[in-house]
Amino acid sequence: MAIGILALQGAFAEHGAMLDRLGAEHFEIRQRRDLERPMNGLILPGGESTVMNKLLRELDLYQPLKAMIQEGLPVLGTCAGLILLARNVEGGQPCFGTMDIRAVRNAYGRQLGSFSGEAPFAGGGSIPLVFIRAPYIAAVGPEAEPLAQVDGRIVAAQQGNQIATAFHPELTDDLTVHRRLLALSC
Amino acid sequence: MEKSRYELNKELAQMLKGGVIMDVTTPEQAKIAEDAGACAVMALERIPADIRAAGGVSRMSDPAMIKGIQEAVTIPVMAKCRIGHFVEAQILEAIEIDYIDESEVLSPADDVYHIDKTQFKVPFVCGARDLGEALRRIAEGAAMIRTKGEPGTGDVVQAVRHMRAMNAEIRRVQNLREDELYEAAKNLQVPVELLRYVHENGKLPVVNFAAGGVATPADAALMMQLGAEGVFVGSGIFKSGNPAKRAAAIVQAVTNYTGAKRIAELSAGLGEAMVGINEDEIALLMAERGK
Repeated sequence: MAIGILALQGAFAEHGAMLDRLGAEHFEIRQRRDLERPMNGLILPGGESTVMNKLLRELDLYQPLKAMIQEGLPVLGTCAGLILLARNVEGGQPCFGTMDIRAVRNAYGRQLGSFSGEAPFAGGGSIPLVFIRAPYIAAVGPEAEPLAQVDGRIVAAQQGNQIATAFHPELTDDLTVHRRLLALSC
Repeated sequence: MEKSRYELNKELAQMLKGGVIMDVTTPEQAKIAEDAGACAVMALERIPADIRAAGGVSRMSDPAMIKGIQEAVTIPVMAKCRIGHFVEAQILEAIEIDYIDESEVLSPADDVYHIDKTQFKVPFVCGARDLGEALRRIAEGAAMIRTKGEPGTGDVVQAVRHMRAMNAEIRRVQNLREDELYEAAKNLQVPVELLRYVHENGKLPVVNFAAGGVATPADAALMMQLGAEGVFVGSGIFKSGNPAKRAAAIVQAVTNYTGAKRIAELSAGLGEAMVGINEDEIALLMAERGK
């Protein structure tokens, strides 16, 4: 089993380190030929969604990855990755649009609005949450379910095999979110 | 788990990795940079090449101009203050800049002391020519480091020199015995705790970008292959013939920095690169400012 990590820009190496701790094989996706490898799951990391959205198209990764996600490839999108998955984006452009959620980009303002905390995740215990110029989810459609909330706002959701978090699990020691992706990928 | 402001600030730099940060002087340029795939922009009144040409004292940009750029784009916006000018930094924090560059490109305001960056909530990036400078700036609170290079020249030689020097010193520190770290810290004039981090991890405790003289996709890929985690491009884009095309090409070259075939395609038909000045033709060495 191997997880592909989109490595066009952003904090992709941090996700690789989390998967190492879980003993999961992973590889970076930077160009079309990287998609020739068998892939059981996909991570869309934090970074700038505008950059990734543009490079996905220029590097001919957009259509094949979108098709794979639509066919049920398990995917985890964190922060910018959430934006890439969202069907509607306030303050930004949708990319894959495969997840029935409405995201608000830079919802907490500039860097001074970045914060950390903790909240219960997916009906389980509390996990640490790190928000860096983060989005949140203003609304989820009937197909998607919220996984976590902070101050009454949805900050994680799941729809079938797609998980999106507004926070950065890869910047903490907590493996809960990555375990959830691996459970879908088995 | 409550993370410190400093941790969150270092982590914003992690989100910029693998990206290109572009100097812009107007909202229009900022939009061109964002559309070309910049992961952040540096708002400044004059790009380094023009600062160099104009001479005189160079200061923080007009806050109104910076705000105009903040409103034009959705990506992070950085701005420069003079070395040691903590009031310029306070002003930049007051307008909620995403990152402050305490920069040798501007005229230094203090020839002894850098800003005590631990007193600020917003993050700082600082230039460094070697490991000692980098760790001193980090001790003062910098959350990100870039090579100084020689700004406004279009000559990459100094960025290369600084990146190689830093990485060679990191490798040397990695190979020291534990009991040799104290003497090494003394010689580098840095706190031993930071040096111990380098010894154990083989890298700086913050993200390290290349800056200064990057003008082509090949320059950017060169810096990435030498170990930069991302690239600042200053004068190189908007002093060239086709800024939008060159900017987009540099962004792609940073993402696939080992793909020579692709970089060859990206380098073709870009129009005129900035003319540039060779290192030995310039009178003012900005990299000598603030050690």
